Amino acid sequence: MKLTVWTYEGPPHVGAMRVATGMKGLHYVLHAPQGDTYADLLFTMIERRNHRPPVTYTTFQARDLGTDTANLFKTACQDAYDRFKPEAIIVGSSCTAELIQDDPGGMSETMGLPVPVIPLELPSYQRKENFGTDETFFQIVKALARPMERTKHVTANLIGPTGLGFRHRDDITEVTAMLEEMGIGVNVVAPMGATPADIARMGAAHFNVLMYPEHAEAAARWAERNLDQPYTKIVPIGVGATRDFIAEVAGLAGVEAKYDDSRLRMPWYSRSVDSTYLTGKRVFLFGDATHVKAAARIARDEMGFEVVGMGCYNREFARDIRALAKDYGVDALITDDYLEVEKTIEELAPEMILGTQMERHIGKRLGIPCAVISAPVHVQDFPARYSPQMGWEGSNVMFDTWIHPLVMGLEEHLLHMFREDFEFHDAAGASHHGGQATPRPAEPDPQQVAETAAPADGDIVWLSGAEKELKKIPFFVRGKAKRNTEKFALEKGVQEISVETLYEAKAHYAR
Amino acid sequence: MTDMTPQPPAQGCRNTPVLKERGQREVFCGLTGIIWLHRKMQDAFFLVVGSRTCAHLLQSAAGVMIFAEPRFGTAILEEKDLAGLADANAELDREVDRLLSRRPDIRQLFLVGSCPSEVIKLDLHRAAERLTQKHAPHVRVLNYSGSGIETTFTEGEDACLAAMVPTLPDTDARQLLMVGALPDVVEDQAVSLLRDMGVDPIHCLPAHRAAETPGVGPNTVVALTQPFLNETAALLERRGARLLSAPFPFGEEGTTAWLWAVAQEFGVDAETFARVTDAPRARARKAVAAATETLNGKSVFFFPDSQLEIPLARFLTRECGMTAVEVGAPFINKQIVGPDLDLLAEGPVISEGQDVDLQLDRCRAARPDLTVCGLGLANPLEAEGMATKWAIELVFTPVHFYEQAGDLAGLFARPLRRRAVLTGLEGAA
Repeated sequence: MKLTVWTYEGPPHVGAMRVATGMKGLHYVLHAPQGDTYADLLFTMIERRNHRPPVTYTTFQARDLGTDTANLFKTACQDAYDRFKPEAIIVGSSCTAELIQDDPGGMSETMGLPVPVIPLELPSYQRKENFGTDETFFQIVKALARPMERTKHVTANLIGPTGLGFRHRDDITEVTAMLEEMGIGVNVVAPMGATPADIARMGAAHFNVLMYPEHAEAAARWAERNLDQPYTKIVPIGVGATRDFIAEVAGLAGVEAKYDDSRLRMPWYSRSVDSTYLTGKRVFLFGDATHVKAAARIARDEMGFEVVGMGCYNREFARDIRALAKDYGVDALITDDYLEVEKTIEELAPEMILGTQMERHIGKRLGIPCAVISAPVHVQDFPARYSPQMGWEGSNVMFDTWIHPLVMGLEEHLLHMFREDFEFHDAAGASHHGGQATPRPAEPDPQQVAETAAPADGDIVWLSGAEKELKKIPFFVRGKAKRNTEKFALEKGVQEISVETLYEAKAHYAR
Repeated sequence: MTDMTPQPPAQGCRNTPVLKERGQREVFCGLTGIIWLHRKMQDAFFLVVGSRTCAHLLQSAAGVMIFAEPRFGTAILEEKDLAGLADANAELDREVDRLLSRRPDIRQLFLVGSCPSEVIKLDLHRAAERLTQKHAPHVRVLNYSGSGIETTFTEGEDACLAAMVPTLPDTDARQLLMVGALPDVVEDQAVSLLRDMGVDPIHCLPAHRAAETPGVGPNTVVALTQPFLNETAALLERRGARLLSAPFPFGEEGTTAWLWAVAQEFGVDAETFARVTDAPRARARKAVAAATETLNGKSVFFFPDSQLEIPLARFLTRECGMTAVEVGAPFINKQIVGPDLDLLAEGPVISEGQDVDLQLDRCRAARPDLTVCGLGLANPLEAEGMATKWAIELVFTPVHFYEQAGDLAGLFARPLRRRAVLTGLEGAA
């Protein structure tokens, strides 16, 4: 039993819903109690879908337990077929139905429905949403795709995009255009937009572009073994990654690595003088592994940030993120405990967070700017405008998205110059975060300052002058400055921290 | 009551045959109530003992994460908890200990049962007793079920309040007990109106804090402010309290009738009643009239959601000039919503329970001007060209009593007004 306040991932059957809702002509019959229908609103509200997810819930109640839940499932399954006439059906249980062990797969097999019925085994008490997407898509591909003659022209399948995905809609457009520039056609995009008939002809592609390993790696591996289709390992998020991806695709397809990056503005924007202030900004990365991996490379090599920590919530990719963190000389945080993430961020005191909607809230609370790079999603992550993460345009989008929450170039200098000004004090908050210019609270009695400034950890004492100076340091680096100064004092055997000590420590740790 | 009240219809809906349906229900489970209950009870923590689905539901229903550490959470059952219930109890005790040491401000802890905890028969009642002994007197631990196999949406509040009833202290004092979790602004208005008439003392269930918990006894008169508190009402009656029967306080008419029922009980004369209510009544009429310009002559179709449907249909048809096509409710208790049914003129289909696909067929056939439905159905129906009102907003927004009557009408008018102002989107998808 584990206490959870906020979760990064839903249960695995929500992952299956993301696959089903992304597809067309597929129906999901889900053995589940009535409350589980809440999941529909994720799609109709957050993603603004204009149709109901293709899901029929059995919505059994307490009075059905022990009597007739199995029949209820059969009726729901038959009604769903009669009403929606899908090309294929997936069946499974939510967490509660898993406990009553009705075996939807076995029951539906005996019903003799005239379409393929694909049973899903999604262990709700062990796995989570991303496992659900990956496993569901894998089962559908395994059930429907067969080896077949390849298309005459070189084509690829784009696999991984689902309903409720972070910018999946626009990434498909961007990747399709990149392939087109190399003369590579798209055979099938799946699950998003695909029908079961499309899945059946996936074997005609020459290779697979694995857009999101979280959602389609199992299918990609299966297709490699059974359809003889290699798949891409590089996810084209960021300028460097996009170039590497193009080279990888060219290799797989046996074509020339042609591309048109005339729309790519990000490198110049990053080199231009206004971006100087981005240098060495201390950033913390958290999200799904794929987006964190890509963001780490962009942050360090393309934006000139300093990555001070990273992590992911999907344990399936823990090994990758641990290895990557090692490369960056930081600790990896593998957890789905929101409070742990918050604690880590508080300790690291980064100047910026690249995270999920959850970290955006942490950032709000701690006064640290945050840009969202990954699911879990929010209605804001489905913008009306074209805004991919992948390819050249993705790099442009990301540059904008990442710097907008930050205090900009000259503005930052002004804040430093006037940081003790009556409007630029901590309690006022940053104007671009919606803070109001509030007058500084009255100075406390100097006598009291001296008293409260006295004891610190161990036997090190902050003199009131140093304490006062510390308060002039911008709040988002103050914690770090305090810790560094204390560490420095400890190393030097200094008992009392004066303004001198503070600045000596600053010089000592200067980058 | 004064002569301004319109005549009741010749034939109400109390005896209309109810269309009972059992099929797929597109509704929330009772856990959702935690979203507003934890705001109302300021020293309470709601610990759902359930699955990742429960946690995900609460997060999604809350819409946004307003609080870094909210006063609710989910103890997520894992494989090993399912294997042995003894271990599950030990795990629960450990999580509760950890939680209470982290949150010393908590005085009431609700262990909230879920579908999985009910199916594995985890006895949360015994767990609550055990934990109460352990953490008394600082914290009182109660339990109720918000599971989807037993409760629909607002029934979660009913189950929560019902769990509190046996723990209320005995009292012989003559008192009014207002029952139902209302936003503070609304509760204060109601209390102040009644006090001005001389009704005193007035207590509320749930109270803000454990220390303010009201008593109950044979001289307690109960006025429900929400129509979904069936079990709570029954348990209060069993403790000797008497239940007032009245339409629910939505709109000018409902509020007046509700207040009048209380006034009569406490011997308030018509003159005093008029002196206190005339001004707010006039304000409410005026505010409702503004929205009625949009709503008059329009038809409305209710999908089942919160059990507020019947009182709201009464309000929309009697005060806003709408016609009801179908009024669906997850559960209908005629003892409680009878007075509202009496005032709802015959005509609409009254349905209980749901078969969502069949109901959607009826709705599409009727093409109502406004459909009141859950969030899962709203955008799909809008995409089919039908105006919708999200039912959940009616539960999350202050809509009771006089000063909110205009807001209530406005909630229904807004989707129609919006359609009217969006004139520049013709031809777009």
